[in-house]
Amino acid sequence: MLEQTIEKKVSSMMIKRGLAAGFPLVLSYVPVAIAFGVVAKQSGMTIFEISMMSVLIYAGAAQFMGVNMLNVGSGFLEIVIATFVLNFRHFIMSFSFMNRLRHIKLAEKAPLTLLLTDETFAVSAIHKEEAEKEKGILFYTALILSAYGAWIAGTIAGALLGDVIPEKLSESMGIALYAMFIGLLVPPVKKEIRIGLIALFAMVLNSIFSQIVSSGWAIVLGTVIGGASGIFLFKEEDA
Amino acid sequence: MIIWTIIGMSIVTLVPRILPAFIVDKLEFRPWINRWLSAIPYAALGALIFPGVLYVKEDAPLVGILGGLFALLLSYLRLNIVLVVIGTIAFVYFFPS
Repeated sequence: MLEQTIEKKVSSMMIKRGLAAGFPLVLSYVPVAIAFGVVAKQSGMTIFEISMMSVLIYAGAAQFMGVNMLNVGSGFLEIVIATFVLNFRHFIMSFSFMNRLRHIKLAEKAPLTLLLTDETFAVSAIHKEEAEKEKGILFYTALILSAYGAWIAGTIAGALLGDVIPEKLSESMGIALYAMFIGLLVPPVKKEIRIGLIALFAMVLNSIFSQIVSSGWAIVLGTVIGGASGIFLFKEEDA
Repeated sequence: MIIWTIIGMSIVTLVPRILPAFIVDKLEFRPWINRWLSAIPYAALGALIFPGVLYVKEDAPLVGILGGLFALLLSYLRLNIVLVVIGTIAFVYFFPS
């Protein structure tokens, strides 16, 4: 009896903490999703198609690109290949995330990977202590599902209501995701300057590669090669 | 049919996302690979921030740079991340353009 009550308390605490950690993500997703809904609606897509993009793909940049390509009459194969290239970075991120969640059951963690975006990965990966904790999976599930819900709700709101956010404000909200990325990166860097070097290295590599290859591949290469500096910069206990 | 294109986009997005869940469980990594994978989140954050932040406002990279620096300042002052996001949006909103 007592054990059950404690277990329930731990579970609900983990869910609450997950929702709290996901809140900045919800906040930044809603305006971007609304913008997507608006743009897609203006391009002549139906509400059903627009919401299915957010439900089934759930990748902001790829969705905007998809709408653009459909608009200019690109073919099926062209769009699908471009999407693959743009989203391949999630393979790398999922690899890192799954390595962190090693001791969690496959049936519990595999569904989460389907909802892994740049942002859900970044927030989940920064909260790495929860992976070791009891019921930690609930933390990540709550975080990731709240972001997914915000993305879908924002998309539908944008498609149905049109631009509910004044243009000047929605323009300013373009900075939201970057502010969140910076807000995630700074605290660990303050603790450990080597983390800053890794990020800086990836920035430089991404800048160079984006001159040569598509932005999708540039981010993949910047992340993989930049991350490789961790082999030398990290010690055993960091990993 | 647009819906088929959406389903195609979905498949090529979801398969690479889920594959590592099955691969990683089967492998035991050497310590250096674990260090590499542990560095991936920070490298990814770096690559996601720059140079993308320059294009926040079309043809006005300065807005992105100053907005980014403002976010940097707020996070350096240990502000909660929600306040970092809201504060930076406000900064860009009131930035004279």
